[in-house]
Amino acid sequence: MSSKSLKYLTEPLSNSNPIIVQILGICSALAVTVQLKPAIVMGLSVMVVTAFANLVMSLLRNGVPSRIRIIVQLVVIATLVILVDQILKAYVYDVSKQLSVYVGLIITNCIVMGRVEAFALGNHPWASFLDGIGNGAGYASILIIIAFFRELFGAGSLLGFRVIPESWYIDNGGVYANCGLMLFPPMALILVGCIIWVHRSFNKDLQEK
Amino acid sequence: MGLRKIVDNLKPTFSKGGKLGFLASTFGAFETFLFVPNTTTSHGAHIRDCNDMKRTMIMVVVALLPAFLFGCYNTGLQVALTGWTAFFYGLVRILPMLATSYIVGLGIEFAFAQVRGHEVNEGFLVTGLLIPMIMPVSTPIWMVAIGTAFSVVFCKEVFGGTGMNVFNPAIVARAFVFFAYTPFMSGESVWFSSWKMMGAADAATGATALEQLASQGAMQWSALDAFLGFIPGSFGETSTLCILVGGAILLLTGIASWKTMISVFVGGYAMALLLGGCGAFDYPAYYHLITGGFAFGAVFMATDPVTSAQTSTGKYIVGFMTGALAIMIRLVNPAYPEGMMLSILFMNALAPLVDYFVVEANIRRRQNRVKTAK
Repeated sequence: MSSKSLKYLTEPLSNSNPIIVQILGICSALAVTVQLKPAIVMGLSVMVVTAFANLVMSLLRNGVPSRIRIIVQLVVIATLVILVDQILKAYVYDVSKQLSVYVGLIITNCIVMGRVEAFALGNHPWASFLDGIGNGAGYASILIIIAFFRELFGAGSLLGFRVIPESWYIDNGGVYANCGLMLFPPMALILVGCIIWVHRSFNKDLQEK
Repeated sequence: MGLRKIVDNLKPTFSKGGKLGFLASTFGAFETFLFVPNTTTSHGAHIRDCNDMKRTMIMVVVALLPAFLFGCYNTGLQVALTGWTAFFYGLVRILPMLATSYIVGLGIEFAFAQVRGHEVNEGFLVTGLLIPMIMPVSTPIWMVAIGTAFSVVFCKEVFGGTGMNVFNPAIVARAFVFFAYTPFMSGESVWFSSWKMMGAADAATGATALEQLASQGAMQWSALDAFLGFIPGSFGETSTLCILVGGAILLLTGIASWKTMISVFVGGYAMALLLGGCGAFDYPAYYHLITGGFAFGAVFMATDPVTSAQTSTGKYIVGFMTGALAIMIRLVNPAYPEGMMLSILFMNALAPLVDYFVVEANIRRRQNRVKTAK
């Protein structure tokens, strides 16, 4: 893989991350990150949808009249989302139930549409595919970081396994208690803010003047 | 003046370029704590006034003292102690919380001031005292620490430090602990200390006056007891009398605005009369002014000069809405027996909007006057 293609993959992980730099897809980042498992599944689903939507639209880019491109994009994205939804229902039914409407709402996720419009319509299929994977991975990485902290401090577990021992809790004679605020979306927004804070203090060129 | 000499000798070390220059603002904080600064501002228009921020903050602390001292006594009283034993029990019980809130809060403030090269401000003197006063006495220490840290970082420093915050930091600390650790901030057992010392009785349990009013429509104490403060509740909020004494100090020294303070009480009473008239409860409406955190919020929180409205008319509007909303939350929303915290936060957010419309209305009025004069 050439260094240019590699850049399509790595750039959205940090310097042009969809959530913390482009500020896209915040709503689902707040909604599905109470636990780590749904967050991982959601991140993977978005990655698959972005990658293949980019690929298909890039293949079609010279055949679609620009006046009807939005409706074509929607058809492609909706098809992919329905496929993903059906696969999740078939293989990981409990997670699919936890994610509820948010899998269907990937259709309206700004990241998917944004990458198709901004990148796939003007680039080769292979570059577009890599860009889709990169942006999906950037989205997934932030989701996983948020969900990690929310599940750890909100429920004391990770991926459903207990991390903080039962004996630490006040009910069992310890001193610890779960932070209930972590289970609410506002705290997820504050966590996103913290991630942006840390990220920008390391990437000074991203700081707004 | 030996101390002055020591400070002057140390100064070059801590100034810019000195060996410990990065600690300049910490040094500055301690120097101005010990001595009146001898520097004068060279340009700009200034109002000469005896009240600098240090004196303002100290006056608020003095105003809080009656409620604080009574809180100590009441904490002991609630575990069946009397007289001076009760007072010392409460004092010893609250000290760890007080120390935690000051150490954590000031630690973060000093760190931020150091990194940004700002001076350390006195604003946290009051916040640090307010935080333990509005928490139940048995709140675990580390929750106080987390609440304080959250509020100093996310409510104050993120917005730019003292004087720039949108929300009252003490209320944000309480709101954080309330929503994050709900079982430790409400219910039947949190209002009583469980420390067994000085012959304290076993930890009692019982609902606060407000919770009783909400669930049974009556409270087990007389209105006089509730006014004087012999009821369970958060540490400093129970005695309306002591709070009013503090309020009088704030008004006499001109630190708090009487417009806000009075209109909070008027708004609360009006809303209680209205909802009582509609049959929401059948005890006297003034019960709502003497129970829970209403008086404390009205006197010490709603009048916060930073987060309250800045215009005169705005103060009346924001104060009235704060009181009215607090009573409305208490009576209409069954999930929250106490609404003062939420209503103050809500009106903090709305205060700039109210100010904006007051200023706009003033501009319009004066423009009309010019038009008719032509």
